Amino acid sequence: MSVIDLSARPEFERPPLDVTAEGAVERPLPLWERAWNNTALRRAVLLILLALIWEVYARYVNNPLLFPTLSETLEAMMRDLQSGVLVQRTVTSLHVLLLGYASGLAIAAVFTTLAVSTRIGTDLLATLTAMFNPLPAIALLPLALIWFGLGVPSLVFVIIHSVLWAVALNTHTGFRAVPETLRMTGRNVGLTGIRYVALLLIPAAFPAILAGLKIGWAFAWRTLIAAELVFGASARQGGLGWHIFEARAQLETATVFAGLLVVIVIGLLVESVIFRAIEARTVNRWGMQR
Amino acid sequence: MAGGQDFPVPLLSARGVTLQYRTPQHIVTATWRVDFDVLPSDRFVLLGPSGCGKSSILKSVGGFLPPVEGTLTINGRPITRPGPDRMMVFQEFEQLLPWRTVLGNVLFPMRATGRFRGRAAIERARDILDRVGLGKFTDVYPHMLSGGMKMRVAIARAMAMEPDILLMDEPFAALDALTRRKMQEELLALWDQLHFTMLFVTHSIEEAILVGSRILVLSPHPGRVRAELNADAFHHGNIDQAAFGQLSKRIHRLLFEDAEVAR
Repeated sequence: MSVIDLSARPEFERPPLDVTAEGAVERPLPLWERAWNNTALRRAVLLILLALIWEVYARYVNNPLLFPTLSETLEAMMRDLQSGVLVQRTVTSLHVLLLGYASGLAIAAVFTTLAVSTRIGTDLLATLTAMFNPLPAIALLPLALIWFGLGVPSLVFVIIHSVLWAVALNTHTGFRAVPETLRMTGRNVGLTGIRYVALLLIPAAFPAILAGLKIGWAFAWRTLIAAELVFGASARQGGLGWHIFEARAQLETATVFAGLLVVIVIGLLVESVIFRAIEARTVNRWGMQR
Repeated sequence: MAGGQDFPVPLLSARGVTLQYRTPQHIVTATWRVDFDVLPSDRFVLLGPSGCGKSSILKSVGGFLPPVEGTLTINGRPITRPGPDRMMVFQEFEQLLPWRTVLGNVLFPMRATGRFRGRAAIERARDILDRVGLGKFTDVYPHMLSGGMKMRVAIARAMAMEPDILLMDEPFAALDALTRRKMQEELLALWDQLHFTMLFVTHSIEEAILVGSRILVLSPHPGRVRAELNADAFHHGNIDQAAFGQLSKRIHRLLFEDAEVAR
């Protein structure tokens, strides 16, 4: 057996190759692959599939009182849209919803700013959140009715309650997760107080804040519809919850479905258009979230 | 006065600086009565093993950690809080604001302090980004940059403020060896152009000799001054010469003798 001298291998150098004449280094993906990479398209395909399943199943069951088809539901929806009833009720609901959501966010901002600037503020927020977050907002409705009577103020009160704690908890968690180096970067240039929160903490904690905003939005919707179902019966200008309640009383199942569908469609639009756009412009673009 | 020569007034002076920080169970003494003077245009290096409090000294100069004993003065004024006259460059890449572009990051301190505004600020930022070789990347977000590029942005951001002193906390420690060497050369080239004052923390003897003009050697637990040495004559060009090796060995001995005694 001979010993092989590994160092006897010849060395070599190559001149750099010019590959510009060899054609493009990158080329576009095939059309269907690019289309399938489009999130909106993939989700639209899913929605159409679900709609098809609904239609086929409802036709198979053939019981419009229990489970109307998608086409019957859409018909009922179009009828109410044209008469203006559904539009008016949607507007009523959205108005109350936005009022409650905005007030909830404003109060959450005050609480979290207090919580990041003082230790007692942190304790206050932690205690209040632990107390009220598990409490279903709708459980406060009877109390709200006693305090504010029937009408918008009661609804806004319970919506604030459902939004406030979820948003404050998420935002505060996000603030606490901001890396120390980033904090020092802000303080190094002399940022303090409200400017420190606005210019550094809020953008740095934005993924958590955005999650809080989404959860808050969903909670607000749920609470509103539930509250309208409970006492919408006596309000003169009912919202979507009242619309559903009224249709059920008259056994117009297709209209019940239409009301639910409106709630779902608004939820989908807010999630996939508004929140999606905010995400694309912020956390995705900044590389904080994939 | 030394050797009949007048030295300029120190820019930064530490006199008997003792630093302590609190963990939930203990009070840890990081440095013990440390003295040093940084003169204008010094490339002053704090060198020592981990646990010698060199980063604590830098944080204290930055205004984040007040001394429990002794004084730290910059231009004759005591240091009480963080401020943009002492811009810091950290080791971590996350010091860049992910929600701002490269240009936005460089503009951030200028606008936040109101020291430079409008077109003047943008021109300044572009100029300094050109100097660090990032002129083509001004509109890119930090997460798309390599580690070395992020560090260049951080240095550019600090330099653009024209701080009295640039504080660098092991800025190249998280980079690979090739990039680190390149960054050291670039930093020295920048210094050749602008002659800024910097306080540079490192645990690498080689980096200390290459980057520094003056080296403060610290001993660990708690950090005390072991020696102050000149290293102005050394650069990447004479890294293989005997004098470089001798200085390196001398520092080595200073650091390791301590370890022997401590044992």
